[in-house]
Amino acid sequence: MSVIAPTVRLPRLDVTGRVAFHRILLSEWTKLRSVRSTKWSLAVGFLLTIAFPLIFAVVTRSHWGSMQPSERRGRHPLDIALAGVNVAQLAIAVLGVLLISAEYSTGSIRSTFTAVPKRLPVLWAKLLDYAAVSFALAVPAVLVSFFASQAILSPIQPLHISFTHPGVARSVIGGALYVMLVGIFALAIGAIVRNTAGGIAAFAGIFFVLPPLMFVLPQSWNNAISQYLPSEAGRQVFALHHAAHTLTPLTGGLVFAAYCAAAILIAAVLLVRRDV
Amino acid sequence: MIEARDLTKDYGSKRAVDGLSFTVRPGIVTGFLGPNGSGKSTTMRLILGLDAPTRGDVTVNGRHYREHPAPLHEVGALLEARSVHTGRSAHNHLLALAQTHGIPKRRVSDMIDLVGLHEVAGKRSGQFSLGMGQRLGIAAALLGDPKTVMLDEPVNGLDPEGIHWVRNLLKGLAAEGRTVFVSSHLMSEMALTADHLIVIGRGKLIADTSVDDFVARASQKVVVVRSPELERLRTELAGPGITFAAAERGALEVHGLTAEQVGDAAASAGIALHELTPQQASLEEAFMNLTRDELEFAAEMEEAVA
Repeated sequence: MSVIAPTVRLPRLDVTGRVAFHRILLSEWTKLRSVRSTKWSLAVGFLLTIAFPLIFAVVTRSHWGSMQPSERRGRHPLDIALAGVNVAQLAIAVLGVLLISAEYSTGSIRSTFTAVPKRLPVLWAKLLDYAAVSFALAVPAVLVSFFASQAILSPIQPLHISFTHPGVARSVIGGALYVMLVGIFALAIGAIVRNTAGGIAAFAGIFFVLPPLMFVLPQSWNNAISQYLPSEAGRQVFALHHAAHTLTPLTGGLVFAAYCAAAILIAAVLLVRRDV
Repeated sequence: MIEARDLTKDYGSKRAVDGLSFTVRPGIVTGFLGPNGSGKSTTMRLILGLDAPTRGDVTVNGRHYREHPAPLHEVGALLEARSVHTGRSAHNHLLALAQTHGIPKRRVSDMIDLVGLHEVAGKRSGQFSLGMGQRLGIAAALLGDPKTVMLDEPVNGLDPEGIHWVRNLLKGLAAEGRTVFVSSHLMSEMALTADHLIVIGRGKLIADTSVDDFVARASQKVVVVRSPELERLRTELAGPGITFAAAERGALEVHGLTAEQVGDAAASAGIALHELTPQQASLEEAFMNLTRDELEFAAEMEEAVA
């Protein structure tokens, strides 16, 4: 049987638009929501933010009666409420790296930059989309953690703290802000390194390996330097109390934001200069 | 229209593309031919601005690719290397591309239907076969209804039906007045689709010519002649640069003369001819003749290394 193939005709496209930033934002949003790693990482980050405070609150409540006064003094309700932030940041950082590194490992970056050859708007759109989605998820997560842990701790008078108490609202929302900034920082690292394993390793090195290394230094050096590390500066955004050798929430937040800006700047310069 | 001027690309100390100048015109299918590793894919990446040239310049429809406000309407490209996130479905891959230009969702479904991926459009593309991946790449290339279509080895991994479909598609696109630039390392494939050829070897331009001229130029003049007076004919035709080879019984292969020259010589000598057949070299032979130097060099290098 011989098949005579009909002439293939490409249907015409009657509407023609041009590349615009709001369209790139939508495109990057489609990419963000259409892979499994996003759903997994965000779900894990969200659940961890809530789960850890609940576990700690339950444990604290059940052991309160057997605790020494000194041990009781060491407990702080906000530390419990925001314990999950420290864990969730890893999930958010991994996803931040993946959002760009997976484009390189799968080759989809070539499609991306063929559609948007100016490249930089893609980076801005990824950052904006991810900042929005991570903050939008982190805010309810920290609010739930705060009120749920407070509810569990309700029989323990010394661990009561009001949301309107000075610094509390700032700390709680600061926890969400910190998570968002971590995501941004990680995304920028991913754009610089362009490799998933390398990006995650770089992030872990800066956030989890560098701080304990500082204890090798003399105490005065450690105090002077550590406060300016990205993780330590960033942490002040959601810390209620401040020691003499830590930055204020505002300064700490700004220092961390400056690290993010520097990483983004390096990523942007490399993005334009490097071959894909 | 694609215009390259002195296009050169170095990767470290290796020169992948070496001073290429050529023009790809609209309305015809232009084949981009060269052995594997000759710089075809690199040239295409340079055209799309994915890689920056070390020297020289290339424009598409009059501008650098990067300067187009709506690049997907200008150029639709299929690259040889996979360019799809393996965890994303075909539909979402195309949708994300379409959204950058405000191309409606309907167009995404149209393209999926056009390339015959309807049933797997929702599946993660990492599970696609090579052929399905090619179809998705072609759908992406056609998404923006582009004036210029550039496909790197489009028939790779396609079944015969798919290959046939691509050939028809390319011819149809050219007939509509679009610029069609398609690479292959197979001469036979180009023979069936291309009108014009740009041949490169080791990053350098070897030929920029119509397919017909290419064959005529690259093939030697060979004529098979049959006559009852072969010996006398041989004496008549003998001259500098002309050689003979034995063909089948009663026939002679004449190298270095055209059929007209042989016929005229026979007529003036009063020799009867029973057959006079110009032997055209096949495209594959023509290609091999042109790239022989390159290939010989490569073979020598391989031997030297081994």
